[in-house]
Amino acid sequence: MTETRTSAGAPPDIPTGRSRRVRGRPLLYTSYAQDMALLDTPAKKVSTGLLVLVAFALAVLLQDRSLEVLAGAYVLAIGAIGLNIVTGYAGQVSLGHAFFVAIGAYTAAALSGPVDGENLGYGVAELWIWLPAAGLVAAAAGVLVAPLATRLRGLYLAVVTLGLVFLGEHVFKEWQELTGGPGVGREAAIPQLFGVRLDQDGPLGTKEQLLYTLMLALLIGFAVAARNLARSRIGRAFAAIRDRDIAAAVIGVPLTRYKVLAFGISSFYAGCAGGLLYTISGYVEPGSFNLLLSVQFIAMVLIGGVATVSGAIAGALFISLLQPVTRSLPALVPFISGDTTQTPNVFQVETVLYGLLIVLFLIFEPRGLFGLWIRVRNYWKSWPFSY
Amino acid sequence: MKGLLESVIRGLGNGSVYALLALGFVIIYKATRVISFAQPALMLAGAVAVSYLAGVTGFYPAVLLAALLIAGVALAIERVAIRPMVGRPVFVVAIITLGIDVVLRVVVNAFIGRDVRQVGDPWGFTQVTLGPLVVQSRWLAMMLVTAVLVALLFAFFRYTRYGLAMRAAAFDQEIALAQGVSVGAVFALSWGLAGFLAAIAGMFVGTGQGIEQMTWVIALKALPAIIVGGLDSLGGAVAGGLVVGVVESLFQSYQGEFAPWLGQNFAVVSPYVVMLIVLLVRPYGLFGTREVERV
Repeated sequence: MTETRTSAGAPPDIPTGRSRRVRGRPLLYTSYAQDMALLDTPAKKVSTGLLVLVAFALAVLLQDRSLEVLAGAYVLAIGAIGLNIVTGYAGQVSLGHAFFVAIGAYTAAALSGPVDGENLGYGVAELWIWLPAAGLVAAAAGVLVAPLATRLRGLYLAVVTLGLVFLGEHVFKEWQELTGGPGVGREAAIPQLFGVRLDQDGPLGTKEQLLYTLMLALLIGFAVAARNLARSRIGRAFAAIRDRDIAAAVIGVPLTRYKVLAFGISSFYAGCAGGLLYTISGYVEPGSFNLLLSVQFIAMVLIGGVATVSGAIAGALFISLLQPVTRSLPALVPFISGDTTQTPNVFQVETVLYGLLIVLFLIFEPRGLFGLWIRVRNYWKSWPFSY
Repeated sequence: MKGLLESVIRGLGNGSVYALLALGFVIIYKATRVISFAQPALMLAGAVAVSYLAGVTGFYPAVLLAALLIAGVALAIERVAIRPMVGRPVFVVAIITLGIDVVLRVVVNAFIGRDVRQVGDPWGFTQVTLGPLVVQSRWLAMMLVTAVLVALLFAFFRYTRYGLAMRAAAFDQEIALAQGVSVGAVFALSWGLAGFLAAIAGMFVGTGQGIEQMTWVIALKALPAIIVGGLDSLGGAVAGGLVVGVVESLFQSYQGEFAPWLGQNFAVVSPYVVMLIVLLVRPYGLFGTREVERV
């Protein structure tokens, strides 16, 4: 009847903007804005806030050695989020992530390197200049590669991006003016923010504390941006392409434009991660951008959880912490040796664990660590009932 | 001219090894729609098995034993890790094979150790003269053995019950199932065949220069070969392998002279350049079937 309408032509009473949450009913949404919110339940708001606080507090609580590992893990997480955008959200299998990471690393290193040094350098050490530049150059490379991706599907694309890693490795080994050549390498980008060197101990804290805080802040920024992207029009277009690209094209998603966009954004993340990754050790070697690095990123995404930002972060932390954990194994397990010349040594154990974890996760929990979390959460949601 | 022909023969020799590897990839792809990234590890494992067995049984029995052994390993992998994944997205299965490759290579590397291992082949670097040409005898052996294996393989697919079953399953799995073909057995057989071929290829890779821990990278050259030939074409795999081998050999001979700006060892990555060029023109390779999709 017309009684429900207040005036002719006005829409029915659907709240469009923000509105109050109903207390005690966390899953009852009264507006679209609530439904689409990044942190859609009060519990998520509280736990995420606490997590961020704890992460920042770790900068003063942990020792420098652990901070260094965690800072590296956060940078890898940025790269993993990037791979997740193209492979997880948009469904374009890329084994070429290491290539884009390398482009970012060398753009950053060349921009911030000394002008009259051994290698190419332009002396721009400010982080806020070289970081976006590294991302943009890598993104440009991604956009150049994307036309191939729009013509190819599935495993054809995987093999082509794998070829990209080999071609990139060759170029970086040969272009000695930029990279220093294999076995020699060059100094990495210098993280300097408004005149403050973050890779040196200073009045604000030790080198590790400064880098850790920087990486954490950047990771939060990149993660929020990725979550925002995923819930936007672009994110929905990606999901449509992933689920069925022809169907997506039929409902009006321009395939070429969105595939190019996916590669561009993903490469931007990879480039930024590449620029940051080597500031911790201060040194880049062209041989490190090989297939194994790509496989590690794939492992992070798959172990963490495909098409989830929190999963990519968890996967990156998991893979990065695997190394220190296996390094401490010789003290606990007598037959594993810390010496590379002995046969069951820590490096072999570490590599085997990578491979086994990928295989086991894919067979038993395809949603990765994120899936494990969902299972645990659902169990406690309905506890003590089983369903 | 003489140098060019010798270079082409070297390319055809190496190319026939790539063709063997590529056939393994394509056989698995046709049966399961998955590119098995475990082939490099299987190839290396084959070469290592030959190098250990050759001292015990002599070279030729060792090759056969090693090939059968690796076929068994491939069967085991298929049964344990691939069969539970039937019906899952192919990308997921491909990444599983990548994980298997990483694990298997660590095990194989432990058997290789830090030094170069010889496979105990009778050819080494010996040369024979063909009219005016001087070529290494191992290249001729590679071509001959590959030709025989390819002929046997094509005859197998053409004339035997199991070959027919494999072709049927590759054509349409559900219809093959309805006709009484055991698709599971086809999967197993394809992995076994791929393992067998990979082991023979590994032996040939090890002839002359021997094998070391990094030798596995050579198996990845079969990937450009299968893309150039088309992922689902057996003939394309052989053609792609030979093309990749010849291109690589020509770059090895002449790139330093004509295009030094490409950098040293450009020959190693030249197959990938060929692959990109072919894909720009023909997205499904030279002989691959264009996918027709329904929504």
